[in-house]
Amino acid sequence: MSDRVPVMKIGDVLLVSIQTDLEDQTVLDLQEDLSERIVAAGARGVIIDISAVEIVDSFVGRMLATIASISRILGATTIVCGMRPAVAITLVELGLSLNGVRTALNLEQGLALLRASRPEPGVRP
Amino acid sequence: MNDHGADSAPTETVTVVRNADVVAARQLVRTLAQQAGLSLVHQTKLVTAASELGRNMLLYGHGGVIRVRVTAKDSRTGVWVEFRDEGPGIENVELALTDGWTSGGGMGLGLSGARRLVDEFDLQTGPQGTTVSVIKWNR
Repeated sequence: MSDRVPVMKIGDVLLVSIQTDLEDQTVLDLQEDLSERIVAAGARGVIIDISAVEIVDSFVGRMLATIASISRILGATTIVCGMRPAVAITLVELGLSLNGVRTALNLEQGLALLRASRPEPGVRP
Repeated sequence: MNDHGADSAPTETVTVVRNADVVAARQLVRTLAQQAGLSLVHQTKLVTAASELGRNMLLYGHGGVIRVRVTAKDSRTGVWVEFRDEGPGIENVELALTDGWTSGGGMGLGLSGARRLVDEFDLQTGPQGTTVSVIKWNR
């Protein structure tokens, strides 16, 4: 039995703030919960805040990349924000490039990036 | 490099049979890394390596035992971590240490990535099981 990570909705953005040391099952649950919420909420953006996460190993890295791919297919842009410097250094040395995952320094910049990546209303992309 | 027993601090042990045990082992490794005075980046590298190797034990070795202790050599202090399982062993070590190669569903960065994250890395494998021991030094 693992705790589920809460998914919050602000407008058409889903916000996930990961606050615990991630167990594999928690990660898999989050993937499922998020995909369902994207569809149910008609979300256009997903922000995953990992500022409280102390390590990102290859499993968690793969999860972030998978979530980004799933949400892209469902029509939402995913931004991972708040990565700690030590985590970033370790990820690079581990060999994980997080291809396809957009990142931002913090939540504020993440939201700004989402707004900027969205086409103006009435304008065809 | 494996035997730092005589002059070292007490060894802590975690038995790994499920994923939650890997999480517990990560926390133990972090605590000892802090005790050994490793920098935050070095702590993070060691804990990440422990996470990869602990997961490997579960995936390929049916679980096992993780032993951790603070160790010293010359004027350096570090943390020694050993991952021992009694699984079927790794058939082709060279291949298993290749980036991107995986026999399971992973990204193929577990062993090769973990090796890059530590200062010393030793792998013994055979039909009786696999033992990986690593050291991260404080400097």
